[in-house]
Amino acid sequence: MARARFSIALPQTPPLTAGDAVILVALAGVLYVGARLAFHAPAIIAGPEISLRASALPWYAVLSVARMSAAYLLAFAFSLAYGYYAARNRTAEKLMMPLLDVLQSVPILSFLPVVLLSLSVVMPVGVATELAAIVLIFTSQAWNITFSFYQSMKTVPAELREAASVMRLGPWLQFRFLELPFAGIGLVWNSIMSWAGGWFFLMAAEMFTVGSRDFRLPGLGSYLQSAAREGDVGAVLLGVATLIAVVVALDQLLWRPLLALAERVKLEATDSGSESASWFRDLLARSWLVTRFIERFWTPLLERLDARWQQPDAIIPTPSETAARRIGWRAIAIAVFVGALILYAGARAAQMLYDLPGATWLEIAFSLGATFLRVLAALAIAAAWTIPLGVAIGTRPRVAAVLQPVTQIMASIPATALFPIILLGLLHLPGGLDLSAVLLMLLGTQWYLLFNVIAGASAIPRDLRDTSLLLRMRASDQWRTLYLPALFPYAVTGAITAVGGAWNASIVAEYVDFAGTTYSTVGIGSLIARATAAGDYALLLAATLSMVVVVVLLNRLFWVRLYRLAESRYRMD
Amino acid sequence: MQQPATAVAPLIQLKKISMAYGKSPRRFVALRDVSFDVAAGEFVCVVGPSGCGKSTLLRIIAGLIAPTKGKVLYNGQPLNGVNPHATIVFQTFALFPWLSVIENVQVALKARGVPLAARQTRAEQLVELVGLAGFASAYPRELSGGMRQKVGFARAMAMEPELLCLDEPFSALDVLSAEALRGELIELWLKRAMPTQAILMITHNIEEAVELADRVVVMAKDPGRILTEIAIGLRHPRNRKDVAFQATVDRVYAAVAGRSAADLEAQIVVPGLPGITQRLPRANLEALAGLLEKIAAEKGRSDLPRLATELGSDLHELLPMVEAAERLGLARVEQGDLLLLPAGQTYAEASIAVRKELIAGRALRVPLVRWVYETLQQDDNRRVDRDYFVDTLRAGFGDAAGEQVDIAVDWGRYAELFAYDKDTDELYLEG
Repeated sequence: MARARFSIALPQTPPLTAGDAVILVALAGVLYVGARLAFHAPAIIAGPEISLRASALPWYAVLSVARMSAAYLLAFAFSLAYGYYAARNRTAEKLMMPLLDVLQSVPILSFLPVVLLSLSVVMPVGVATELAAIVLIFTSQAWNITFSFYQSMKTVPAELREAASVMRLGPWLQFRFLELPFAGIGLVWNSIMSWAGGWFFLMAAEMFTVGSRDFRLPGLGSYLQSAAREGDVGAVLLGVATLIAVVVALDQLLWRPLLALAERVKLEATDSGSESASWFRDLLARSWLVTRFIERFWTPLLERLDARWQQPDAIIPTPSETAARRIGWRAIAIAVFVGALILYAGARAAQMLYDLPGATWLEIAFSLGATFLRVLAALAIAAAWTIPLGVAIGTRPRVAAVLQPVTQIMASIPATALFPIILLGLLHLPGGLDLSAVLLMLLGTQWYLLFNVIAGASAIPRDLRDTSLLLRMRASDQWRTLYLPALFPYAVTGAITAVGGAWNASIVAEYVDFAGTTYSTVGIGSLIARATAAGDYALLLAATLSMVVVVVLLNRLFWVRLYRLAESRYRMD
Repeated sequence: MQQPATAVAPLIQLKKISMAYGKSPRRFVALRDVSFDVAAGEFVCVVGPSGCGKSTLLRIIAGLIAPTKGKVLYNGQPLNGVNPHATIVFQTFALFPWLSVIENVQVALKARGVPLAARQTRAEQLVELVGLAGFASAYPRELSGGMRQKVGFARAMAMEPELLCLDEPFSALDVLSAEALRGELIELWLKRAMPTQAILMITHNIEEAVELADRVVVMAKDPGRILTEIAIGLRHPRNRKDVAFQATVDRVYAAVAGRSAADLEAQIVVPGLPGITQRLPRANLEALAGLLEKIAAEKGRSDLPRLATELGSDLHELLPMVEAAERLGLARVEQGDLLLLPAGQTYAEASIAVRKELIAGRALRVPLVRWVYETLQQDDNRRVDRDYFVDTLRAGFGDAAGEQVDIAVDWGRYAELFAYDKDTDELYLEG
């Protein structure tokens, strides 16, 4: 736990490629189609009634968890399929992995307005909002799980692969006995991260409303928002408590057992003795019902599947040749068709953007700058307190043992859930919305940084710390020569993830309908929300696309380089 | 005239196998024109320095790699996909760490479509056969190396292969476990307790090969090829202390190591120019000093097999050092012995400062090192990008070019000829 780094997977490709340009054009095309559809979106959308009674909370919690689960299951299935195919087919890999790279650095929340508006045209609003929420959460969860599975597939030790081949395990048995168990820990860790991240987007989606279009969904997010709007402190507290209870319960009943299961199958050949414990898993393992279930149902089912999908006499192709297998003409035809579609949509998008006046572009640039400054401010504040505290925790195992669970629970509360409460407290101050926006970004980002700094600090060898003491270094020298360089890779990793979260936060933070009044401040998120409210679809397209491009470019040209520097120069090994 | 193919054809036949990786400028030839047979009833060992392609050869026979040229026949039939009649026991055991001992064996049975009940009985029998009955439910990480390899053997036997391929199966084990397991293997084999018709084993350890094999195939590297085959006529059980055994070991050693000296003469060619460029062996000069001191202490002549045993290393570690000593003109191989030359004698007795000077002079006789040194001297700033050297060497070494430059840097630094700046990736002359 302490040693793990919390981050998105980073691209292996050079900073910017022609493929990235193609993918950005494709995104523009998709956004264009969405914006085009949105022309016909209903002007007034009435949201659901949100009850603030305590008795409504369990039902809201069930709804929220159901949305999360649906999205997660989709993301998981997608990840396995995508990762498997990309790892197995070299030609497909060349297209699929760069695509994934871009998708995971895109600020997903910026797509929410377009998705909501376009879906509400083609289906009933209730269904559209549900689906948009699920799509949004899916897109926030899928990429890192996919990366993790893909990387596991590619790093299965060669001799285990060879053993599987000489044992004549077919693709199914290789998946079941080799690839899935090998990927297990990565899948669970990334699922936990994705699940935690998903709450952020779920809350945002459940409380999303612009102008006369109310896209809210009955759930914990909208409950908290309504409670804060009406200043009902009791309901706010009850809502937050429910949320924490749900998060903790899922952690204990679902993720810890899964993690314990995955760690049992880890690769390390030696007993390290640091396996995760889960009381719930132990309980299940001793349960009569579970044992019977495995015996009567699970084992026979697997036997049946194995018998069907493993053909003992089939020729196992030479592994080096399978990987080089080429794509058939049908796939090429589909690719050409999709390519043409993308080009067409891209061209129409360009047309739409071209018609925008120069002043609008200036405004977009200005807004991007404002949001960028806010992101930087949030990052600076986060670094200022997490680095000293993280070192204090990370270098003292006993303090870490006490504080780790506390910080984890704090971190598990999605920042967006707290946003209505922040607004309640700060909105009446001068510059209140600016303050709130930075605070939301901070809340969403600081934890990544803190956890990474703790991990980095605890990875500093004791010898080095002792040496710095023996040399009687002053504190400032100690920081300059030991802590900061040692933390650098960890801090960069944390910052990359944190900054991604901050850009997302801008969508909900800069433009707010609160208690009947609309508040807004300068920023790209505010611009997107305003365009959504006013039905200015060209502006919506331009602003969303600009944000995507800027964030992807910043990521590629700045953060990835910094990360490479960190990895090559400051690695501790 | 037609003859029934099964009656005459050896179990496995390799016909002019070549294996190359990469495309033209970076092409690396792992194997060139390798031909040999394994007949039913034979136990064959393949020995050779690391990088001679013996593991590749084994994987070609198992059908895990397709050769770029040549034919592999099994029972007279060309191989298609993974060889269904062969299996491999791996150096690193290659057990599934998430499965218990018995489950690891069961997977192999499951792949063959053995039904559940039969699978359980058979797996238990096999685990018992290798003497792990008490450990059936243990996970590999709970077992010692020797026990893990026993699981590896049980798993291989579960597949009932006709051809058992062993990829240095004992080299990751401690001495005693290896000894014990070798004994058990040869006993099973001689008693015909397994349905296996032939065994092909790769090893670094020449004594091991002489102890087990009916025939030893000696390979050389650059490119990987077969040098010679030596039939081992010794009767089982073979005694390592036996004079005839020792003589055979010396013969094989001479065949493996002797060649590297002969290779030297023809290949004094400056890299980058047409002709063969010879690889620098991956040897640590610091450790070479220790080796030379040891030989000096033994009056300038040491038996290679004994050196290997005493230093606790196998061929794969010792040979690069031997080669380096030869390339630097400090020692030479003669009939399975390593012989100290006068320069080597001086070196072993000298102080650190004198050693550096001596090594500097000697290293400059190695074409690759001299070329790097001269290139740096010709440069105005006496600094040259590492990439320049790598790119130039690529023509001769392919993907190994980077490693060659690194070794040259290592030697150059040790001899204080030139230095390397990691931050700018440049080689430069000091002072």
